[in-house]
Amino acid sequence: MTEVKANMAGSVWKIVVTEGDEVTSGQDLLILESMKMEIPIATDDDGTVKELKVKEGDFVNEGDVVAILE
Amino acid sequence: MFSKLLIANRGEIASRIIRTCKRLNIQTVAIYSEPDEDSPYVKEADEAYPLGGSRVHESYLQVDKVLDIAKNANVDAIHPGYGLLSENADFAERIQSEGITFVGPTSDVIRSMGSKVEARSTMKRAGVPVIPGTSSSTKDADAAIEAASDIGYPIMLKASAGGGGIGMQVVNNDEELRKAYESNAKRAQMFFGDGTMFLEKKIINPHHIEIQVLADQKGNALYLFERECSVQRRHQKVVEEAPSPFISEQTREKMGEAALKAVRALGYQNAGTVEFLVDENQHFYFLEMNTRLQVEHPVTEEITGFDLVEEQLRIAHGETLRYKQSELTIHGHAIEVRVYAEDPKTFYPAPGQMTDMQLPVGDHIRHELAVHSKSFVSPFYDPMIAKCITWGETREDAIERMSYALSQYEVEGIKTNLPMLRTVLNHDIFKQGNITTSFVEEHYLKEEAK
Repeated sequence: MTEVKANMAGSVWKIVVTEGDEVTSGQDLLILESMKMEIPIATDDDGTVKELKVKEGDFVNEGDVVAILE
Repeated sequence: MFSKLLIANRGEIASRIIRTCKRLNIQTVAIYSEPDEDSPYVKEADEAYPLGGSRVHESYLQVDKVLDIAKNANVDAIHPGYGLLSENADFAERIQSEGITFVGPTSDVIRSMGSKVEARSTMKRAGVPVIPGTSSSTKDADAAIEAASDIGYPIMLKASAGGGGIGMQVVNNDEELRKAYESNAKRAQMFFGDGTMFLEKKIINPHHIEIQVLADQKGNALYLFERECSVQRRHQKVVEEAPSPFISEQTREKMGEAALKAVRALGYQNAGTVEFLVDENQHFYFLEMNTRLQVEHPVTEEITGFDLVEEQLRIAHGETLRYKQSELTIHGHAIEVRVYAEDPKTFYPAPGQMTDMQLPVGDHIRHELAVHSKSFVSPFYDPMIAKCITWGETREDAIERMSYALSQYEVEGIKTNLPMLRTVLNHDIFKQGNITTSFVEEHYLKEEAK
């Protein structure tokens, strides 16, 4: 099980995967938006998206878990 | 003079404009989004009205709402500040058609400078040097690649409607250009509603130096010398100073004259800035014209004694410029730093709850603030929370004062770029004064990584 964390504070702009999706290392899971910048959050591992911890529009702090992979 | 002015902006620039209005006995009207309700400028204005919404397109970019508030509050002028609607020609036109004065140039001029492709050709015709590049927009990636073979790599790919570094990328070969073209055109379409792209030759290690101009409605124009803004990250300015420590007196005069040529060719009115890239041999090339007040305008105020907001208001009110070019001199040296809520190494935004703020106090230390010590810095807007400006008789004095100011400057609760600013101000290369736009990447980031 792997936790994917936000690398900056901001709001969740778009989620580009759904629970159950197979993902590979380097693939974007969601895009954070903060202060006119969009930062994609990618996974470093292969796996299946077990749980998305956020929804579009949520505010996340740096280090918050946004998704759990299996 | 005007009796009541609406500020179609937020943050530190709204406070800055209110300050001058108070001195000139002009009533002020602020507008604010939901997250900005607690901002200092909202309390400082004589009247304040909510726009609702958070994101700029739900709030500050709602032209109809802004105009309704202006009409109901019975203002006779609107100051657009910088960013947001300040360079939106339709907004300026709508204001004028309501019989309200727009504090800025005419909508035609805003429109022609808003298109970078059109601005380039206008400047070329006026005899202002431009960077070699495409004289019209490229229709697709294939056309761009064909044009690139004439210009030669490296090339700067740019969005015609762009700003703030968005839609802009350096490319070194056909393959990179093709890839960058599609993604940047898409981003430009999303941000500016216009995906038009063009190409410019990349000037190696340039200085970013800009000329402040003022022009009244009777055809009189002045240049208020230059600002050097070469310390940038992500193509956005971080430290600015005036005068430039790099250019000679002769180049200063030539650049000033070129800026006035641009002003005359356009029939420009009000305050504006002509931005140039300057190469190591002091050849300068037109980059763009900003048809508004700039973030870094205070350094010009500090070395000339002008209040640029007051000049803008006087010009918009139809007054004649009160000075001649020959009467203007540079007095001392000024430096501005932008305090950003961001990680000092990755430059990623760092919004959040501030818990405290301590500001340095001393002679010739000036603050422009968007926040108070317990502000929540929202993720919806620009990361700039404050500016600090110092003045000195010499550049060394101004740097020394800024280093002291930064050593006393504290922001708690959120990450800021203060550590970066301290490093830059104490850096030997910065102190020597030969800083190019690659300074942050070549020196700061490489040395921090060690």
